[in-house]
Amino acid sequence: MDIGGINPVILIATLMASAVPILMAALGETVVERAGVLNLGVEGMMVIGALGGFVVAVHTGSPVLGFIGGAVCGAALSLIFAALTQIFLANQVATGLALTLFGLGVSSLGGQGYNGIKPPPTGQLLPDFLADLPVVGPIVFGHDWMVYFSILMTAVLWWVLKSTRIGLIIRAVGESHEAAHALGYKVNRIRLMCIAFGGAMAGIGGAYVSLARVPQWVDGITAGAGWIALAIVVFASWKPWRVLIGAYLFGGITVLQLNLQVAGSGIPVEYLSMAPYLITILVLVIMSAGRRGKANGAPASLGQNFHASR
Amino acid sequence: MTRPELLRVEGITKAYPGVVANSDVTFSIGEGEIHALLGENGAGKSTMVKMIYGLVRPDSGAMTLRGSAYTPGKPAEARRLGVAMVFQHFSLFEALNVAENVALGMENPPPMRELAARIRAVSEEYGLPLDPSRMVGDLSAGERQRVEIIRCLLQDPKLLIMDEPTSVLTPQEVEILFKTLRQLSSEGTAILYISHKLEEIKTLCDEATILRRGKVVATCTPRERTAREMAELMVGQALKTPERRLGAKGEVALAVSDLSVDSPIPFGTSLKGISFTVAKGEVLGIAGVAGNGQDELLLALSGELKSSPDKVRILSQPVGDCGPVERRRAGLVAAPEDRYGHAAAPDMSLVENAFLTAGVRKGLTKSGFVDWAGTRKFAEEIIAAYDVRTPGPDVAARALSGGNLQKFLMGRELMQGASVIVINQPTWGVDAAAAAQIRQSILDRAGEGAAVVVISQDLDELLEVADSFAVLNGGRLTKPRPTDGLTMDEIGLMMGGAHGMEVAHHVSA
Repeated sequence: MDIGGINPVILIATLMASAVPILMAALGETVVERAGVLNLGVEGMMVIGALGGFVVAVHTGSPVLGFIGGAVCGAALSLIFAALTQIFLANQVATGLALTLFGLGVSSLGGQGYNGIKPPPTGQLLPDFLADLPVVGPIVFGHDWMVYFSILMTAVLWWVLKSTRIGLIIRAVGESHEAAHALGYKVNRIRLMCIAFGGAMAGIGGAYVSLARVPQWVDGITAGAGWIALAIVVFASWKPWRVLIGAYLFGGITVLQLNLQVAGSGIPVEYLSMAPYLITILVLVIMSAGRRGKANGAPASLGQNFHASR
Repeated sequence: MTRPELLRVEGITKAYPGVVANSDVTFSIGEGEIHALLGENGAGKSTMVKMIYGLVRPDSGAMTLRGSAYTPGKPAEARRLGVAMVFQHFSLFEALNVAENVALGMENPPPMRELAARIRAVSEEYGLPLDPSRMVGDLSAGERQRVEIIRCLLQDPKLLIMDEPTSVLTPQEVEILFKTLRQLSSEGTAILYISHKLEEIKTLCDEATILRRGKVVATCTPRERTAREMAELMVGQALKTPERRLGAKGEVALAVSDLSVDSPIPFGTSLKGISFTVAKGEVLGIAGVAGNGQDELLLALSGELKSSPDKVRILSQPVGDCGPVERRRAGLVAAPEDRYGHAAAPDMSLVENAFLTAGVRKGLTKSGFVDWAGTRKFAEEIIAAYDVRTPGPDVAARALSGGNLQKFLMGRELMQGASVIVINQPTWGVDAAAAAQIRQSILDRAGEGAAVVVISQDLDELLEVADSFAVLNGGRLTKPRPTDGLTMDEIGLMMGGAHGMEVAHHVSA
């Protein structure tokens, strides 16, 4: 069953879990960017969510409340970004970068005293007899509930963006804020809500790192996951299912290279460590190459602030 | 015939900081009436209709719709009460399809499949063919307008507001539009029609309200007035028709041969085999519906898009691979259509903007430093010569109204003493008096021996200034023909997608 010291069943099962933080954050950012806002503060929102979720879970003993706490913290931080860019019309790129630095700093401060504590475990969703089935057990049934939730969210967002009126309005706002305003839609309010949603998703993603993946609190725990989430959104052409593919690819190669390191392959560790970033971006570039039509392109108003001055 | 009153606007006043957009405006529209709102740019037409559509709230005054008070707080409310609007600059989303665009303008859109069927039904009923599943970015200007109109019609409006609907249409498309509007009117839908094209208003409208500087200056029945009378009511003064000073045509100043370039603009039109020559003292008018390669042609002539050297020659000097600065040095100046961002840097002052394109030709640098005194003097000359209304040359370009900035930018290019002048949409958004002045100075420059290329969507303007006339269509240019003796029908055929042989074919058929 093992190939080169690596069990493919375990590998697939692990990659699904390890992709959850990036997947959640990237899905949130997809909605934000579809509404025409470029929030580069994903990393900051994730790390705040990681801390918030950890603290809440440790004090209440409930991982569910922990994830909700992470979502609230991420959304709260994103509202700073929303206020600055949507109300005070600050530059989105600069504000987003500042948000990341701010989130990292605040989480480092607030995380003092939480090092070395173990959070309550995030439980497996389905009964053991299903998870113990060969092959399909670990891959399909053996996960904690967040893994299923993240896949569910992919499906929900795909459906919302494609087929619902809310999704249509979000896309319209991202496509041409002036036209949307002329038709009477509240551009800044819609964007504000999308930003808060993106913050909550990033917060949940961060909380999953500190509550389920690691699971403990260390400074800068998200380790650049927010940045890779941002890249995945772009190369996935702002489409939820492609975001899922990108996240799983990244998660998969991360797990694979760790396994290869453990198995003692001849490839130097440095190359293995950089492989997930390199290969994910490469594959997504190839996927999005050759599609130059507007239909697969970026939202036309991406990164532009809107003010209804005329 | 008297019609029951549909909408009454009484004593509406709206002031913005620094300007009174509307002051004490009163008029009324009957059911099924086609009512024109006439006025120059900045006369307050757009603000007025925005108030009727609920985008802007009036400071004082009252509106009544079918006898009851009408105070729409937002467009959704206006739409619910039966007021719909077709916008001057289309309020469409290019990356969405027709049905999605229509759905966004409705309060409670039916499911997509049902909506698509209704779009088909309505578009056939009114003779406006449209495929609901097509991406709006791929549609022509006329088709895009159909999307807007159908979006309105699906909601059975009682009052349809149309803000300068014909500015982007070919003459034939205008005919179709007018037929649709008359049909609507006969079915009882009132139309508030905003335009400054007087001939159109004469043929279409039942009543007209004329605004000047935010006030109603006259109401009239357009059929009983001449276009000139209405124009003078609009402007408040007698109009001068530009006169042509006939100068002898000289040698060829600008020669373009078989120029093909890819468009750098998303959804843009690539140029395909463009060839023409313009002699000294000649004005070449290039017509065409927006989006047929006008922007690309300007870029290719100004030097922002490069080609191989021989494709573009200025005074027989090959410049195809030169950038804008080198072409200015060679004698070509260009004025693009987009004022905020392309023709001018909106946040820079007029002096700085004057330097940006005139620095080379007017010699406004001294050993690498900007000659601010000279630049300021040049800016002041433009402001004086073109009657630019501005507190001074140091205000930001953004602070000027569109028409005033346009006058400044036209002056900046026309006063550089260039031998070749290329202008895209010279009088776009400029009021009638200023437009006449800009046209006059184009003719004056040609009279002094400059070769001028005017790209415009205003056919009347081209016929007024141009010696020869060509049409851009899908990135191809028809063979230039002398303007004298051209009829509107011939022009329409040239614009409708016909080229050389095809024209002959159509005519003979």
